[in-house]
Amino acid sequence: MTERRIEVPVLARVEGEGALDVTIRDGRIADLKLRIFEPPRLFEQLLVGHHYSEIPDLVARICGICPVAYQMSGLHAVERLFAPDPDAWPLPWVHRMRRLFYCGEWIQSHALHIHLLAAPDFLGFASAPAMAVQYGAEVRRGLALQGLGNRIIALFGARSVHPVGARLGGFWRAPARRDADRLAAEAERAIPQAEALVRWTAGLPLPAAPQAFNCVSLRHPVEYPMMGERIVSESGLDIAVDDFEAQVTEHQVPHSTALHGLLAGEPYLLGPLARVNLNHDRLHPRVTALLGDIGVELPSHDMFQSVVARAVEILQAVIEAAEILSEYAPEEPAYAEIAPRAGIARGASEAPRGLLWHRYDLDDAGLITHARIVPPTSQNQARIEADLAATLTAVGLDADDATLRQTGEMVIRNYDPCISCATHFLRLTLHR
Amino acid sequence: MTTPPKPPFADPAPHQRRPRLAVHKFSSCDGCQLALLNAGEGLLAVAAHFDIVHFAEAGVVDEAAEADIALVEGSISTPDERERIRAVREHSRWVIPIGACATAGGPQAHRNLAHAESWLASAYPQPEHVTALPTATAISAHVPVELELPGCPVSTAQVLTALTSLLAGASPRPEQDKVCLECKRRGQVCVLVAKGAPCLGPVTVTGCGALCPGLGRDCYGCYGPAENPEVATLARRFRDLGLDADAVARRFAYQNIGAAPFTQAVRDWRRPAVGHGDGDD
Repeated sequence: MTERRIEVPVLARVEGEGALDVTIRDGRIADLKLRIFEPPRLFEQLLVGHHYSEIPDLVARICGICPVAYQMSGLHAVERLFAPDPDAWPLPWVHRMRRLFYCGEWIQSHALHIHLLAAPDFLGFASAPAMAVQYGAEVRRGLALQGLGNRIIALFGARSVHPVGARLGGFWRAPARRDADRLAAEAERAIPQAEALVRWTAGLPLPAAPQAFNCVSLRHPVEYPMMGERIVSESGLDIAVDDFEAQVTEHQVPHSTALHGLLAGEPYLLGPLARVNLNHDRLHPRVTALLGDIGVELPSHDMFQSVVARAVEILQAVIEAAEILSEYAPEEPAYAEIAPRAGIARGASEAPRGLLWHRYDLDDAGLITHARIVPPTSQNQARIEADLAATLTAVGLDADDATLRQTGEMVIRNYDPCISCATHFLRLTLHR
Repeated sequence: MTTPPKPPFADPAPHQRRPRLAVHKFSSCDGCQLALLNAGEGLLAVAAHFDIVHFAEAGVVDEAAEADIALVEGSISTPDERERIRAVREHSRWVIPIGACATAGGPQAHRNLAHAESWLASAYPQPEHVTALPTATAISAHVPVELELPGCPVSTAQVLTALTSLLAGASPRPEQDKVCLECKRRGQVCVLVAKGAPCLGPVTVTGCGALCPGLGRDCYGCYGPAENPEVATLARRFRDLGLDADAVARRFAYQNIGAAPFTQAVRDWRRPAVGHGDGDD
């Protein structure tokens, strides 16, 4: 029997703290664990006793990279309880402005991941600043798109990280028209940049390694999904947001502070590739035309196409933002009052990394008695482990340690895991 | 400008090498590191002026590296983190906690006032797999620090201003004013007076730019208490506005619940309830 052990102290360019343990015995993977040890911050517990109106300013702090997603899932949950008719609520203006706000976060988060976290893997650099020496124009284009996303968030939220503008029923204040006009022009100018980004990612030297997996996302009757009422999967699941708990089980594994999510007992994929696979018929015609032009075929079950999917969603969001901004007119007040009631509030939205599901049990005083938050990264964790096993085996388990380590890190980073929704240090321990 | 209490750069001839910058993460949401990652060209400028020796999210990993300046995000909430921050202190000339988690414990410091063990049990079916301290505390509760930058999150301007001051050999000057003063400078209507909104502006340090009153809403203290905050007086004012005792307590129970004046207000006003008894008495 041969067994070897190698340690990599830190995995860079991910969001959170974790480690990878692989045991290779007699040429086979005997054990593989993506260990997540991001310290638990116990948000579901600290929310108890807080008032429903305080949700946006508390849950944003679960994730500095996707605070808008946490605010939107939380508000969606509470508003679905208070105003159960999805046709009557939210107000059309609020719905459009929330999509614009959310477009900002997708652009910002995806641009950050592509340029600062993922692309160095595909082009052979340790970091984005190192990559910028040779790929200055590409990195600057990425940072500029990230900046546009941040300015769209700040248009409503006054700042881009933990924005303060969202509230029950809408926004605290409608943006001034001149600020929206300025941003409309900027978004319009960014469309060719986002198109160039899609072409660039499609031309990256990506490994080709199709795998079998089940994609899950929200589905909207006409829109590319951000907030929605139905959750669908490639395997034929089509359920109401309220029924998520009955279909998905979360279970604790000893090597992780994130709970593993399984659908009908199987791993599943969330995030940009899953969304675009299930909803490519909802993309803007201009996006679809470009994809046809450059020969990107959807659906795709090659996980490394995730970086292309992220660029596609940036383009989708930039175009949609430009359209909404070009027709912008402020409304006062920028929110509608809504009568509270006790009960179980459930809601979901598509965070940059995938389906983010919330539940709050509210009492007669509007206080939270129980909270449950199911973030995308914990749901993807089982899928990441399955991918690692497949990809490392395909690379060849007799490969040298550096190759296996690098491949493992690249596989993990490709999911854009947010371990703060979980971590920042992944330690790879290879036993063989 | 004043001279720093301690020169940030150990090397007597700093022009011969770039100052070394480390960014460390503890229990946090990663939002304060975004002050650099969202800086755009500013990030590339920092990379040009500093030798970045550790910044995991940006792709540079050497946690034990010697650094002139260590920016520290996050609170100390596990036994491992307690050890790790001591090592950071040993390897760093200036330790600068950034953000509410690092300066006051962050929202996770809610558990400092509760039964953390029962919280863990309710979050995880088998809490024995989860190693956590019963408290989440500021960096300065564990090691001495040279400068604190408050806020949830810190802004790019705060971090870059501090870094450029240190580069120039000057001492960064933390904000002292209250949000109220910033609001008046900006000519914003007082939401406490005009709307009766329970605004924390009178006791909160500025640095945010008085964003919440600028949107017509009450400040919720994400930058934490200013010097000599009249918290007890403001809390009584909130009660007079019609808030019940628990609602008064909740005004101080956001990201800076772990800052002493806010912790005291929560203890003074919160009614004991299931899951909210003080675990430490």
